[in-house]
Amino acid sequence: MTGIAKDPYNVIITGVGGQGNVLASRMLGNLLSDQGLFVTIGETFGASQRGGSVMSHLRVSRTSAWSPQIPLGQADLVVSLEPIEAVRVLAQYGNPGIKVLVNSRSIQPVGCISGETAYPPMDDIRKWVAELSAQSWFVDATNAAVKLGHAIFGNVMMVGALSATHELPIEREAFGRAMEAAMGPEKAKKNLQAFDMGAAMVAEAA
Amino acid sequence: MSILDGKAGDRRLYMGNECIARGALEAGVSVAAGYPGTPSSEIIETLAKAAKQAGIYVEWSANEKVSLEVAAAASFAGLRSMCVMKQNGVNVASDFLLHLAGSGTRGGMVLVPCDDPGALSSVNEGEARHFARLVEIPLLEPGDFQEAKEMTQWAFELSEELRTLVMLRSVTRLSHASGNITLGDIPPQTRQARFVHGGFILDPMEGPVMSAPVTYKHGQQQDRIRRAAEIFETSPFNTYTGPESPELLLITSSACNLYSKEAIHLLNVQDRVGLLKLGTTWPLPEKLVARHLAAAKAVLVVEEILPFTEENVKVLAQEISGETGYRKFYGKRDGTIPSTGELSPDIVAGALAKVLGVTYEAVDPNYKAKANQYAFFGAPNRDLTFCPGCPHRASFWNIHNVLAADGREGFVCGDIGCYSMAVLPSGFSTLKTLHAMGSGTGVASGFGKLAPFGMDQPVMSVCGDSTFFHAALPALVNAVHHKSDITMAILDNSGTGMTGFQSHPGLATDAMGNEVPSIDIAGVCQALGAEVRIADPFDIQDTQAVLHELLETKKGVKVLILRQICALSPQKKGKKSFDMEVDADLCRGEDCGCNRLCTRIFRCPGLVWDAENKRSVIDEVICAGCGVCASICPAGAIKKKEIAKVA
Repeated sequence: MTGIAKDPYNVIITGVGGQGNVLASRMLGNLLSDQGLFVTIGETFGASQRGGSVMSHLRVSRTSAWSPQIPLGQADLVVSLEPIEAVRVLAQYGNPGIKVLVNSRSIQPVGCISGETAYPPMDDIRKWVAELSAQSWFVDATNAAVKLGHAIFGNVMMVGALSATHELPIEREAFGRAMEAAMGPEKAKKNLQAFDMGAAMVAEAA
Repeated sequence: MSILDGKAGDRRLYMGNECIARGALEAGVSVAAGYPGTPSSEIIETLAKAAKQAGIYVEWSANEKVSLEVAAAASFAGLRSMCVMKQNGVNVASDFLLHLAGSGTRGGMVLVPCDDPGALSSVNEGEARHFARLVEIPLLEPGDFQEAKEMTQWAFELSEELRTLVMLRSVTRLSHASGNITLGDIPPQTRQARFVHGGFILDPMEGPVMSAPVTYKHGQQQDRIRRAAEIFETSPFNTYTGPESPELLLITSSACNLYSKEAIHLLNVQDRVGLLKLGTTWPLPEKLVARHLAAAKAVLVVEEILPFTEENVKVLAQEISGETGYRKFYGKRDGTIPSTGELSPDIVAGALAKVLGVTYEAVDPNYKAKANQYAFFGAPNRDLTFCPGCPHRASFWNIHNVLAADGREGFVCGDIGCYSMAVLPSGFSTLKTLHAMGSGTGVASGFGKLAPFGMDQPVMSVCGDSTFFHAALPALVNAVHHKSDITMAILDNSGTGMTGFQSHPGLATDAMGNEVPSIDIAGVCQALGAEVRIADPFDIQDTQAVLHELLETKKGVKVLILRQICALSPQKKGKKSFDMEVDADLCRGEDCGCNRLCTRIFRCPGLVWDAENKRSVIDEVICAGCGVCASICPAGAIKKKEIAKVA
């Protein structure tokens, strides 16, 4: 079994309601669970997600289930499907040792659309995230996904990117098998392509 | 992968709700019924998907009371049955629940309410467990994922042994969390349904099923509860970990078990604190709890919302105080644990630290200060909003503008659904009352009778299509019968949108995928005697004209059915009707007299403000292509190009 750096290893997947946070956390959870690891996932969905900030908490352990809520300041890794959500999560769950993977495509909060608040410049966000973490990667997953055919591939790219950080034991072959079982060989191929594109983006960002 | 896949010993990563569904299948459940509500919906959904293969019957009932009645019938016929709902659904079912507790059950029957402490997806923090004590039925609370499956299975056996309904209570952080479990086998369906009713009137297994004679049956129910307490004394679902005589006894249940374990781990106080996790919370296993009370110096009760277990344990502690002496209690009554909101490992750790006199600092204060500063300035809040392409945004745009133009300070009474968000700016703050399912129309019915007291404001209500059948129907009947002057808008998006498109009586497919007769909302309203109109909320002009006419010229009950499929529905999802574009030359930006109507007021996530070029622009990734914003731009700068017809 490939290792985890800490037990439990705490991952937060964050984003905006509608981005596929829940599916992404399930995909990742199943990949880790299939290797014999104990995975606990905590999340909220329902009306609470409509356009709001959403988070999934993943606890990965060799021994047991953990609380579905990660204690404050105790996340080891943040996968952020949207830039400012990374900053929001760091304020609650961050610590100097944390690592952060960010999809750099922004989604404007309605308050920014209406002009009540302003979306911060991307350079500032990069600076803050870098300052609040031990290591960070910004990848342009959504835009690459749109070029591949649909924004929905963005989350698969993020999983591919995550595998390339080597923070968690995610194997390309296991991902391919899971995709094939879930959606057949045709779609699995495209998803594997997205996975590889994500992995390549992290190699470039590093 | 189906919930039916897998045999004894197989390992799975399941959501809590899937664990409960699997537990019911492993217990041989034959009938399951419920009404959708977060965080409970996936239990019935999971069973419904597997129903045909498993040979079981599963339905989404018209409301929670009916679902409990449907499930009870199966029990009366000797089958095992389950009923599922969210916390406030138990309020709806409670009249039948009271009588069912009195009449007793036959085949094993389990009621699963899923509470939502912190109201993560609710407009209340109601708790179902008080109903267990109120109507006197046994209450079980799983403390982790494996228990969610195993206790569900056991609940059916317990119900059959005692011949009473058993409540198995879950919470959001268990129902919607996922964890690894080990499966058991699913037995084949072998029971035959037969309702035996010809026996002696007091015979619980062969006589008629009822709660009368009341005091006799009530006494029988209390005997069952005494037997439940005896059984609970040796239940493996009540566990203790910690020193023999702990400085502090922490008593907990449900998801709080996981928080408490984590808090003890965070503070590293395993040698000072004993953790008594109760799986059977009512009636209390009194001898077991008494033994632990006797061994400890002080007690902390960790539970969510009201002090249910705390009060039950305190009553017991008083009764045994002659032998054990005084015990200091920490919990909700003294403010150690909050009585509102959900708990977390941090809240429990904070409480433990205070009681034990140790310090716990989650994060380095310098890091925390810096991170807070960046988040405060750099992570603007995300207010909840309707999805891009949501029919409700268009409906409330129409209603809001018509009421504003009408000028008589008209208002809308609302209820529960995605459309509840119309209390927020994203729904143009159109809803002015918000309570239970169907209550918008009931409250409106009352407002509509206040003219003799000088009230001259137009009164409107809204409800969804599923809500219409659930509880708005009696309110509409009431309004028509009493000639109340109201306009009821039925936001018909062809499904139970908020909880994930569950079937309802207005649709032609049931939970298991069978073709069923759909009940026509317009026809029902007409038959009741209401003036009925139907409009497409995406047709802004037509909808507003119809609503104006209804408000201005008609007396009595008027029903406006605003029909447009939910943007997330499986029929529509991902398919755009229009390609949208803002013509940068026609958009006058900040110089336009509209004062940025499109982005400042309309607030669709798919139509954003380009601050650099001072123009509106479509966010291609977000836009759902509904085309509505093209109708609101006074300069005609927002262009729509038809790409696909969506049925």
